[in-house]
Amino acid sequence: MSSGHIGHVSPIRTYILIWAALMVGTILTVAASMVDFPGPMNAVVALAIATVKATLVVLFFMHVKYISYKVNIIVIVSAIFWLLLLLGMVSIDYVGRAFS
Amino acid sequence: MSTSETAGSHDLALRHQFVDSEQQRDASSMGMWLFLVTEVMFFGGMFTAYLIYRHANPAAFMAGSLALSVQYGAFNTVVLIGSSLTMALGVRCAQLGQRKALVGWLIATILLGATFLGVKAVEYTEKWENHHVPGPTFNFDTTKEPSTKDHPEAQAPSKSVEMYFSLYFAMTGMHALHMIIGIGLMSVLAWLSWKGMFGRDYYAPIEYAGLYWHFVDLVWIYLFPLLYLIGRRHNF
Repeated sequence: MSSGHIGHVSPIRTYILIWAALMVGTILTVAASMVDFPGPMNAVVALAIATVKATLVVLFFMHVKYISYKVNIIVIVSAIFWLLLLLGMVSIDYVGRAFS
Repeated sequence: MSTSETAGSHDLALRHQFVDSEQQRDASSMGMWLFLVTEVMFFGGMFTAYLIYRHANPAAFMAGSLALSVQYGAFNTVVLIGSSLTMALGVRCAQLGQRKALVGWLIATILLGATFLGVKAVEYTEKWENHHVPGPTFNFDTTKEPSTKDHPEAQAPSKSVEMYFSLYFAMTGMHALHMIIGIGLMSVLAWLSWKGMFGRDYYAPIEYAGLYWHFVDLVWIYLFPLLYLIGRRHNF
């Protein structure tokens, strides 16, 4: 039973590629911060790049792409769900009233 | 049967309350992910506070962002992503039972984590010297600060900028505390790895310490643009 319980072993190449993609993302996000996008687009672009980077970390570095115990996916999705619920509900409240 | 490298690792790979080692792995991995959910919500509260106060004081948040050094922030982002790579390679060595390489990658992760904290210490020192630390000595006049005086969009009352810096220190401070805990964790695991506690049959602590480390990296991936970058141009 020894080898049967080793989780998915990614090749070193995968980790180097993900690392390179995260580096490119970092350069892109710094570059994008020097450009004047219209309206709130600077924030949208920065958060979009950050979310792509975070997704790569979760899927490949944290091995969620190869997760063996599928019930954990519910746990992970619940983290995103509760966070969005917190941010979303609070935003609706503050945007929907005359604040400051 | 198990081909564990030491008698001890066999016991750790299957404790008596579990039917088999797969069940033990499933149970412990779910425990780790549940812990990370609580961490997401812990940092989520601060991100929510950031969102509200940024919405209320866009000019002050622009002023605060302009006073930070993008160079330090970007350097630390690169260091932290590098440490995630060394951690991921360490977990891989644990999976393959490569003891010495595992210890090496854990030490590399510790060194990169310490580099991050070193840069953070330099940043905090500069903030202290410039009176940008919230409290009785806080002083940030947007009409006089070299970083904001030429930015008409970044003119705000000192109290509002102080709120930005309160969030800056709360968020980066809690993040740094997580790094310190992570380095402590990695140090213990490097020692236990050196002693041969982990092998192909049992490497769960390395895997879960890796999940923790990547999570801390993930928080920084959001903190860097939110605190250092997006206030520098248009605000919403």
